[in-house]
Amino acid sequence: MFTIVDRRLNPSGKSLANRQRFLRRAKEQVMRAVRDASAKRGIRDIDMGGDISIAPDGIREPTLRRSSTGGQRDYVVPGNKEFMSGDKIKRPPQGGGSGRGNEGSEDGDGQDEFRFVLSREEFIDLFLEDLELPDLAKRKLAVTDAMDWHRAGYSVAGSPANLNLVRTMRNSLARRIALNRPTGDEIKALRQEIDDLERSGRDRERLEQARLELAEALKRTQRIPYIDPVDVRYNRFAATPRPAAQAVMFCLMDVSGSMTEHMKDLAKRFYMLLYLFLSRRYKHVDVVFIRHTHRAAEVDEETFFYSAETGGTVVSTALEEMARVIKERYPPGEWNIYAAQASDGDNALSDNTKTALLMTDSILPDCQYYAYLEVGQEGMMPGLPYGGGPRETDLWRTYKQINAGGVLAMRRVTERKEIYPVFRELFAKDKAGQPAEVSA
Amino acid sequence: MTLTAFETAPLYTGADWDYDKVRRVYDAIENVALEMGLDTYTNQIEVITSEQMLDAYSSIGMPLFYKHWSFGKHFARDEALYRKGQRGLAYEIVINSNPCISYIMEENTMTMQTLVIAHAAFGHNHFFKNNYLFQQWTDADGILDYLSFAKAYISQCEERYGHANVERVLDAAHALMNHGVHRYPRRRGPDLRNEEKRARERLEHAEATFNDLWRTVPTKAGSNSPLSDRDRRRTLLELPEENILYFLEKKAPRLQGWQREILRIVRHVAQYFYPQRQTKVMNEGCATYCHYRILSTLHERGALTDGAWMEAMHSHTNVVFQPEFDDRRYGGINPYALGFAMMQDIERIVTEPTQEDRYWFPDLAGRGDAMGALRDAWANFRDESFILQYLSPALIRKFRLFHVADDARDPEMKVAAIHDERGYRAVRHALARQYDIAWAEADIQIVDVDLVGDRKLMLEHHVMNQILLEEEEARAVMQHLANLWGYEVVLDEVETPGATPLRRINVAPRVVLGGA
Repeated sequence: MFTIVDRRLNPSGKSLANRQRFLRRAKEQVMRAVRDASAKRGIRDIDMGGDISIAPDGIREPTLRRSSTGGQRDYVVPGNKEFMSGDKIKRPPQGGGSGRGNEGSEDGDGQDEFRFVLSREEFIDLFLEDLELPDLAKRKLAVTDAMDWHRAGYSVAGSPANLNLVRTMRNSLARRIALNRPTGDEIKALRQEIDDLERSGRDRERLEQARLELAEALKRTQRIPYIDPVDVRYNRFAATPRPAAQAVMFCLMDVSGSMTEHMKDLAKRFYMLLYLFLSRRYKHVDVVFIRHTHRAAEVDEETFFYSAETGGTVVSTALEEMARVIKERYPPGEWNIYAAQASDGDNALSDNTKTALLMTDSILPDCQYYAYLEVGQEGMMPGLPYGGGPRETDLWRTYKQINAGGVLAMRRVTERKEIYPVFRELFAKDKAGQPAEVSA
Repeated sequence: MTLTAFETAPLYTGADWDYDKVRRVYDAIENVALEMGLDTYTNQIEVITSEQMLDAYSSIGMPLFYKHWSFGKHFARDEALYRKGQRGLAYEIVINSNPCISYIMEENTMTMQTLVIAHAAFGHNHFFKNNYLFQQWTDADGILDYLSFAKAYISQCEERYGHANVERVLDAAHALMNHGVHRYPRRRGPDLRNEEKRARERLEHAEATFNDLWRTVPTKAGSNSPLSDRDRRRTLLELPEENILYFLEKKAPRLQGWQREILRIVRHVAQYFYPQRQTKVMNEGCATYCHYRILSTLHERGALTDGAWMEAMHSHTNVVFQPEFDDRRYGGINPYALGFAMMQDIERIVTEPTQEDRYWFPDLAGRGDAMGALRDAWANFRDESFILQYLSPALIRKFRLFHVADDARDPEMKVAAIHDERGYRAVRHALARQYDIAWAEADIQIVDVDLVGDRKLMLEHHVMNQILLEEEEARAVMQHLANLWGYEVVLDEVETPGATPLRRINVAPRVVLGGA
C-alpha cells in the first residue's frame, strides 16, 4: 500500500521565481558586487558567471531572538575529559558563544557576507547594466568574412535550379480546385459517356447535354492552366554571416605616468566589452596585451593593468611590437585582427610621423578594425580633447590625418557611463551585409 | 533484536536502483515495520533530482509553497555550499502529510534508497502519526490542500496588489513568524481543509453585510469610552496575547482583508511547523532507531548483502557522529546522535537493566517489551519532557556530558555538574531545559494598546537570566510590527511584569502597510 511517483521530469527550476525575486530584492548590492568583481576579473573571465558576495543588509531576515552575550547561561556539552564540578573555565574568546551555536553557526546566518553564484547570463546582464547598456543582443553584428547560406522559406523568384516542386504543385492544385478546372478523369468519363451514347444511339437528349458539358470542360481546361506562374515557388536561401573561427584582440595601452588608475579602468572596461563582443562571434579569441612607454613589450594581463612605469611616450614602439606579434603568430589570412588602443593622447613630437606611417603601411591593412580610445581624467568635459582645452592631442591629430577607410575609429571618453555608447558607435557600423527578411 | 532469523535471498545486489527493487525493498521493510508495531500513514515515495531536492530544501521542505525572495536566498546559499562540496544534501525530506510524502534522490544508491525508506517513510512517518503534539497541532490530511490554496492566494494578491506590496507584508509576517503560534491548545486545532472555504465565507459575509451608512453614524464626541479603563480594555482585547500575528490579523486597525489573510497563512504555516521544532531529538531519534533496527533485521535475515549493510552503516555512523566540545567540528549536540543513543538506551534498560537502571527507572527496567516502551515514549513526549524522563546516568557517562554555568558578571565560567553521582540530575535537568522551547525562545507578549488614544501598541519581553534581545534585530522586527500595526510600537524588556524596563525599544511605522 504505497505509491511511487517519478517527479524527475517535473519542470525544473521551480526556484526560479524565488531566485528572481531575490535578485530583484538584492539588486543594488548585487550590482555593486558585480562591479567590484568585474574590476577584479581578468578580461577573459568577464563572461563567466561566478560567485558573488554581497553584504547581508537588505536581505537580512530579522527575528526576535535572545542576545548571544550577557546574562546567565547554561550549557550542557559532551566530551568532558578533565573537569570536576566546581572547576572554573576561561570563557572562550568572542564571549558567550561557547559550545552553543547549534543553530546555523556554520552557514553564518546573516552574519557573514552572503555568497551565491550568478549564472553567466545574469552576470553579463548585470555587468552590461552597470555600464548602462541596453540589450547587447539586439545590436547588429559587424562584418565578418564568410557567409553561411541556409534555407529560409520560399520566394516567388529564383533560378530554375531552386524550383520547389512540391510547393509549386501544391499551389497549383489549390488554384485548380478553387477555379474549378476539370480533371482529366472527369473529361475522360464524359468522353466515355458520349462514346457509349453515340454507339447505342439512345437518349439523344443526354448525348447533346454531354457534348455541351465536354465542350465547356475543354474550354475551362484551356482557360485555366495546369501550372500558372503564380503557383511557382523557389527555395529561398538567406545568408548569415559566419563567424570566422578565430580572432585576436590587441590591447595597446600607454602606461606612462600620466595614465591614472581611472584611465586604466576606463580602458579595461572598453577591453572587456570588446572581448565580450568578440567572444560571442568567434569560437576562439586570443588577447594580446602590449603596453608601452618609450619602449613597448608584450605582457600578461596583471602587468598590463597593475604596474606603473615611467618614461617617455613613444607610440610607434607599441605599433612595431604589434606588427611583430602579428607577423610571428597571427597571419592575417587566418586570423581576424582587432585592436583597441587606449591612451591619454600624449606622444613624442618626433614620433608622430613614424606612427602615422606604421599605421597606414602595416597595421591598418591587417586589421578588421582599429579602435582608438582617448581616455581623460574623471570629471572633465566629455568629448573635449585631453586636458579639457581646445587643443587636440598629438596622437589625435596624427590619427585624424590618416585616411583609413573605416577601419580606424577614434573616440574620447572620460567617464564610465560613456563607454558603452562609444563602444556601440564604434561597432554598430554594419549596414551592408544584413540578412534579408524572411518571407513565406 | 527480533530473533526470527531465517535465510532469504538478498533483495538486491549492486548499487543501481530501479522501481522493481524499490518495490521489493519497500515490501520487505514494511513487513519488519509491522513486526515492530509501527503505525504509519500511507506512503508516497517520490523520486527527484538533486536540484529538486535543493528546491524543496529551500522552501522549508514543502512540495508546494508560495513564492518569496527568502526562499531564493536560501536556495542560492544551499546551492553554493552544495556545489563547493561544503555540505552534502539531506538524504531525505519527509512531509508530515497524509499520504506521507518522502523524497528519494535519483543519484542515490539502492542502499541509500533503502535507508531513506526505512528512515523517513517508516520512522518519521510513524512519529508524525502518533506523537501527541502532531496530533494536536497539525492536520496531515489538509496541509497540502491548504498550501496549494496559500500559494494560489498569494499569487493572486501579487497580481492584484503588486509584487512589492505583497512582499512587504510577507517580510513583516516572516519576521514575526516564530511569534505566530498558539502554544497552548485553547480551541480545537485548525482544520486546514476548511480554511479555504472559511476564508471565502468571511469575505462573502463582509461583502454581503457592507453598508456604507455605518460610516456616517455620528459618534459621541468626548464621551468616556469604556475602553479607556485599562483592565477592561485588556479583557476585551483578550490581552496579554503572545501570538502576535494572530493579534494583528484580528485587531490591527488599518490592514486590508488580503493582508490579514496573508498573516493568517504565515501563522498557519508557523503553527504547522511548531511541533517539529519541539521534537527534533525525538523525531530524528525515532527515525534513526527505526532504520537501524529495520536494516539490521533485514541483514540478519539475509535480505541485505554484507556490502549493502556496510554501506548503510557507514552513512549511519556519519549521521550519529557526535564531536566533543573541544573538537573543531563541534556545533552543538547532534539531535541524531542524542536521539538514537536514547532510543537504544531505552531498549537496553527494558531488556537488560543494570542495578542503576532499576533504581532510576523502576517502571521501565526489565519491562521486556522494548518496542512497546519506545512507542509509548514517541507518542507522549516532546524533547524537553523526553530528556527529563529518559536520559539515563549511563548515557550521561557515555556522552561525558557536563553542565557549564556562565554568568556574564563573573570573570570565568563554572562547571556546575559533571557525569557523576551528584551531577546526573542537574545535567539532565539542564539539558532538558536547553530543549524547552519556552526557554530557548524569548517570551514576548502584547500587553496593552490604547485604542482610543494614540493607538500605541505595548509589548513586553520577559527577560530571563538577564539575557536581553539582540538589539539590532529586535529593532528591525519591531519596525515590521509597527508597519503592520500602523502606529507606534513599544517593546519593554522587563524582569518582572510591570517593573521598570531594562531597555525600551520604541519604533514608529515607516511604511504603513494598511491604509488606503
